Amino acid sequence: MTCLPAHTNKKLGLVIDLDTCVGCQACVTACKEWNTGGHMAPLTDIDPYGGHVDGVWFNRVHSYEHITEMGGRTVNFPRSCLHCETPACVTVCPTGASYKRASDGIVLIDEDKCIGCKLCSWACPYGAREFDTDVGVMKKCTLCVDRIYNDNLAEEDRVPACVAACPTSARHFGDLGDPLSAVSQLVAERGGVDLMPELGYRPTNKYLPPRAHTQRAASVPATALEPVRAEGGFLGWVDRMLSN
Amino acid sequence: MKGSPRGANSAPSQRPLADTTAPDEGDGVNTSPSISDSIAKTTCYMCACRCGIDVHIKDGKVRYINGNKDHPVNRGVICGKGSSGIMQHYSPARLKKPLLRTGPRGSGEFREIEWEEALSIATDRLSGIRRTEPKKLAFFTGRDQSQSLTGWWANQFGTPNFAAHGGFCSVNMAAGGLYSIGGSFWEFGEPDWENTRYFMLFGVAEDHDSNPIKIGLGKLKARGAKVVSVNPCRTGYNAIADDWIGIRPGTDGLFVFALIHELLKAGRVDLDYLLRYTNAHLLVLQEPGAADDGLFVRDADGNPLAWDRVLKTSVDAANPEAKPALTGSFEIDGRGCTPVFQLIADRYLDASYAPDAVAERCGISADTIRRIAAELAHVAFEQTIELPVPWTDWAGRRHETIKGRPVSMHAMRGISAHSNGFHTCRAIHLLQVLLGTVDVPGGFRFKPPYPRSAPPGPKPAGKSVKPMTPLGGMPLGFVCGPDDLLVDEAGTALRIDKAYSWDAPLAAHGLMHTVIRNAWAADPYPIDTLMMYMSNMAWNSSMNTVETIAMLTDRDEAGNYKIPFIIYSDAYYSETVPFADLVLPDTTYLERHDCISLLDRPISHADGPGDAIRHPVVKPDRDVRPFQSVLIELGARLGLPGFANEDGSAKYADYADYIVNHERTPGIGPLAGWRGKDGASIGKGEPNPDQLQRYIDNGGFWHHDFAPDQRYYKMANRSYLDLAVQMGFIPKAEPIVFQLYSEPLQRFRLAARGHGSVVPPNSERQRIETYMDPLPFWYVPFEEAAVDLEKYPLHALTQRPMHMYHSWGSQNAWLRQITSQNRLFVHHRTGARLGLADDDWVWIESINGRVKGQIKLVDGVNESTVWTWNAIGKRRGSWGLKDDAAESNRGFLLNHIIGDQTKADTHGRRYSNSDPVTGQAAWFDLRVRIVKCAAEEAGFTEPQFERFHEPPQHQPAPEILRFGAEFGSNREAAE
Amino acid sequence: MHPAFSVVFFTTATGAGYGLLALLGLLGGFQVIPPDFWLGLIGLGLALGLIAAGLLSSTGHLGRPERAWRAFSQWRSSWLSREGVSSVITFIPAGLFGIGWVLFGRMDGWIAVTGFLAAVGAVITVCTTGMIYASLKPIAQWHSRYTLPGYLIFSAMTGSVLLNALLQGFALGSKLLVAAAVLVTGLGWGWKLATWRHNDHLEMPATANSATGLAGGTVRTLEWPHTEENYLLKEMGFRIARKHRVRLRQITQLLAFGLPVLLLIAAFALPWPFAAVLSALAAVAQFAGMLVERWLFFAVAKHTVMLYYGR
Repeated sequence: MTCLPAHTNKKLGLVIDLDTCVGCQACVTACKEWNTGGHMAPLTDIDPYGGHVDGVWFNRVHSYEHITEMGGRTVNFPRSCLHCETPACVTVCPTGASYKRASDGIVLIDEDKCIGCKLCSWACPYGAREFDTDVGVMKKCTLCVDRIYNDNLAEEDRVPACVAACPTSARHFGDLGDPLSAVSQLVAERGGVDLMPELGYRPTNKYLPPRAHTQRAASVPATALEPVRAEGGFLGWVDRMLSN
Repeated sequence: MKGSPRGANSAPSQRPLADTTAPDEGDGVNTSPSISDSIAKTTCYMCACRCGIDVHIKDGKVRYINGNKDHPVNRGVICGKGSSGIMQHYSPARLKKPLLRTGPRGSGEFREIEWEEALSIATDRLSGIRRTEPKKLAFFTGRDQSQSLTGWWANQFGTPNFAAHGGFCSVNMAAGGLYSIGGSFWEFGEPDWENTRYFMLFGVAEDHDSNPIKIGLGKLKARGAKVVSVNPCRTGYNAIADDWIGIRPGTDGLFVFALIHELLKAGRVDLDYLLRYTNAHLLVLQEPGAADDGLFVRDADGNPLAWDRVLKTSVDAANPEAKPALTGSFEIDGRGCTPVFQLIADRYLDASYAPDAVAERCGISADTIRRIAAELAHVAFEQTIELPVPWTDWAGRRHETIKGRPVSMHAMRGISAHSNGFHTCRAIHLLQVLLGTVDVPGGFRFKPPYPRSAPPGPKPAGKSVKPMTPLGGMPLGFVCGPDDLLVDEAGTALRIDKAYSWDAPLAAHGLMHTVIRNAWAADPYPIDTLMMYMSNMAWNSSMNTVETIAMLTDRDEAGNYKIPFIIYSDAYYSETVPFADLVLPDTTYLERHDCISLLDRPISHADGPGDAIRHPVVKPDRDVRPFQSVLIELGARLGLPGFANEDGSAKYADYADYIVNHERTPGIGPLAGWRGKDGASIGKGEPNPDQLQRYIDNGGFWHHDFAPDQRYYKMANRSYLDLAVQMGFIPKAEPIVFQLYSEPLQRFRLAARGHGSVVPPNSERQRIETYMDPLPFWYVPFEEAAVDLEKYPLHALTQRPMHMYHSWGSQNAWLRQITSQNRLFVHHRTGARLGLADDDWVWIESINGRVKGQIKLVDGVNESTVWTWNAIGKRRGSWGLKDDAAESNRGFLLNHIIGDQTKADTHGRRYSNSDPVTGQAAWFDLRVRIVKCAAEEAGFTEPQFERFHEPPQHQPAPEILRFGAEFGSNREAAE
Repeated sequence: MHPAFSVVFFTTATGAGYGLLALLGLLGGFQVIPPDFWLGLIGLGLALGLIAAGLLSSTGHLGRPERAWRAFSQWRSSWLSREGVSSVITFIPAGLFGIGWVLFGRMDGWIAVTGFLAAVGAVITVCTTGMIYASLKPIAQWHSRYTLPGYLIFSAMTGSVLLNALLQGFALGSKLLVAAAVLVTGLGWGWKLATWRHNDHLEMPATANSATGLAGGTVRTLEWPHTEENYLLKEMGFRIARKHRVRLRQITQLLAFGLPVLLLIAAFALPWPFAAVLSALAAVAQFAGMLVERWLFFAVAKHTVMLYYGR
């Protein structure tokens, strides 16, 4: 059913900290590894050892140089499905394969219903959907729906694979519909933003922008050290310090 | 969330939902598929980081690998490589059976043979060598993690010609640290992530050690501590630094000395710390021309002396009651002397180290240098921290709290891989020590078994090499002066790699990068067999690849190969396999036993020692054997003492047996956990037959937590030192004194002046005199000093991408998708100056040759520097890649144009392109120019090499990979 | 956007087919054209044939064409589903209209009603097709007030030029129809020029800043997440060089508009059978021109996902 639910009980999503991401690709391959045997298995790789290798991935990390009057900064940028509140990728689907879950807000694809028309990928501004040419259906991030509720995993492991893997703790997970949740508070505290808000898709996932360098500089009162003004210069100072 | 959160990613915003019951969505999604039939906990080997992993096995196949939350290294996280382990394990490039060369060397033409034949060939060859001239076996390994075994094997065989990858990698960091503070950066120490407030990292890409640094950076970011990166390239860790200092390569030493200059000038050094923990107060003899000039003044018992400023007399420098002077000149027995600290002040207060004097050469403004110095001083001296933990120092003085200065530093390859890296590394340690931040709360911390005395214990064995006789010690060690060198009377090196010769006196890790040239040139002597393990010496683990390949295949007049026989063991069809005469196929890391040993490169944490194992979690589906077991069997077949019993039978069945039962010294074996018959001892104890099972039961590792009062000031902490003796880390519970002034180096200088029984040949004296400076200094890196800088105006660097660091990633179907072509990154202003646009193809030219690649213009790089991702370029026919793979068509290898030798000096003498102190390969010294290539030359890389034949029984790489399809079916049937 | 031929042909052919169907239904319903057996057979055959061929071609774009039937289910939210439903439903009156015309040789009464219904269905279907594109916010060139009218105008244009050729073929042509075809072609030309002018000044509906959440300054791509082209780049990263775009616009103008107008004016002036030949040539040229136009429609369309790739 590709009409959107009027309301979702939860708005599960990710919060990604661009201030902390070092671009190590851990979330990328952890996602690939989990999901290639998971809910949308496999994440096919075409020509895996050749010159036109092209695989299905749910999460990819770009890098950018952000240049402002404050100077340049290299930003690593993980990109995956944002599980939007008004995802046109769902409403354009002619078959009901794409849907948004009323319970938790996760946007999923029922690949048994997918005819591979690709229109959903055209409708997604974020490039979250990837087509599996081998199977002929569209695939996408499931927010690890087969992990977060999985009775066969230890309870502590029931988080998306990308969040569990991230070595710098740059990824967070929770209910962004609950203003009291830890992720919502993190977003509020750090000024988390929506991507392309002007398109009106109302993404659930939020990005925490890099903090301005000045916010974290050691609070140094002087811009330079004052030379010791004692008699005998530095060596005189040493002697006096030792005599004390 | 039930129970307390474990692991690194356990912030409230990273935990499971409060209620993980699947909602009643009614969409048929199977939210609880079964993941695995079993979970094996072992150790990752995708790089040198050695994280704990949980391998999920389903239907006999690896379904999924995640980080082990209890493991001290990675605490549940896993990196891009670790998560791609499945693709490494199932790589099509895996070797399948022992191979014997049939075609010309380098062609890749082999026939498969049985293991029995392979082992007989090796045994025959090696036993001949051992009976006649054992040094004719050169045994060099790569980034393996069994050097305590392989080194010991070389020792038992009787050849001094052993080393691993460290000389190519980062021996400057090891030696620079071990000779200064008895510990080092690398993975042998770590910043106090919990407490540091100001973290400087020098020349660190994804580097040793990988996940702990990332976890630590995450902590610093969460806490708001400041991160300062000093690196010409703004990538990875440097991208998230609060302050990126895009230094010009090779000038870090100057920058550090300018910081030291500012700190000294302002009196912002920790005198108390210097007096207690360093040799700053030791008196240095100042008698030019004397045979002991520059050595410490000692009493009759050999104890170094200090000058007591109250008693006005010399005293034992180690006397805790003394009031030593740090400055001044004194006379003892009519001979002049001065404290080390006075020498330090004299040198670094000199105007030549002022920020204004170095700014231009460093490419850093003087204001920035002054600001960093001020920040360091502010955090170190105004933001001191105290942990409310009483402790007692070596002299019995009780301290009510543990005081700390929360400035920490880490440095790696960017410092190491220059010909001035040893002294630059020492400079950074000097800076840390002056600030009083080594092994204090918030500072740089040692990981056990470090610290050890500076330098640590055993000297390199190999002075006498006799047939059928063990070497009598480990081939690698630490020299304390010319007497410990491995040279003959004429000053000629005794080792094939010239380690511990006048060329590289402090070569603590050997010089793997010189072996092929020296063996080819029979300099200092010819060898018979070159045995290598897991080291891609015909490609990215050599400098000057083109000539190296030629040397491997060169023949004498009689048509025999100049390097007569090459045995190589690897798990994969790398670029080096085709150059072997005999190939011993290794297993993947999921099919083998290993030990991550305190005798080698442990996985300790600053809060306590640890070690770990690998154990087979899947069975090999090919006729391959783990190299360590093969080595042990070869040892037995050769009848090496230590590997064969008196009756000739094998002492150990395989590596697992060795790990459990081998004792290096009584009670000390490869693993420290669960020793003793009952498994109740740690560190020392009898072998425990159940030891491996105990490790497996504990998740594959052992870790011991220090008591709170043992965790800091380990160099002088009585409780720690006592424990360290108990555990066998150090021989005696004596304080470890930081050697700001290095007496061993001065001994070499004295030899250069003609003193002592072992003196350098005349031709080497100037070089030894210059570079064996007992205090760190800076000099222009050799290539920069030698080439015409107008012609070669740019520095060229490489770094491995994070997702392939220390990994063999191009055969990995997932990792290679991320990077299968490397670009040359050029600053956009440099590009504009040279008329270059994005995507242009250029020749990158050095004095050693040229290579062609495609550029990408960027902002985040030092303007005089270009760089690229390393080892993406691959040779056609290798690694199971198809001929059209980007790696062999568009990717390039910078190693082709990095010289393996220095430019000839005035005497025509060429040295290895290495640090003159340690022999560390100086691959970051490279200078280049870039020239846009002709239109018809664009689009493909050069040089190109002949395509290798595939190994026998090679199965072509699949067209489509559907890995995981068999695990799917996670939705109820559609309506 | 990648100009997949299956989709280019689909929209061009169904546009012409529905245009022709609508005109035949209307003109037939009002009995402006005679219920000639061959005219009916060939005219409706051509219209429905183009529609069927287009629809068939569109399934070539599907990864799982055997499941195409599922596409009729989500008409409440999906323009593509609505298009599917509408196109199939339109076959019902169109079929009945054809039966009446061709088998019964009549166009009055209930048959006229089916003709009108077929025309309505055709217009609705073309609207749904237009809306598939017009509703896609990530593609500014499509998410535009020019898109839906464009689909309708081009459908009317290609339909009327075809109808003219058809009637001329049966020597049933009229100066009025030729004039109408010239006028609609002129309208199409003008609309296309206006659309191009609009698109040339069009900016992405988002920026690299808003796409990455990095405020202020410039955001430059450093490295892609992968070396080789992936699905996103192949499907949505299609690039056409400026000089090719200019050339193809010239070809479009010549074939789809300029040449048909000239040929039709000549047909207006010349007697049958010359007028018939020229009318047929005009239809063929226009169809070819519209294939180029539709190819360009895709090729120049920029998707916001390329903001992430700096393309």
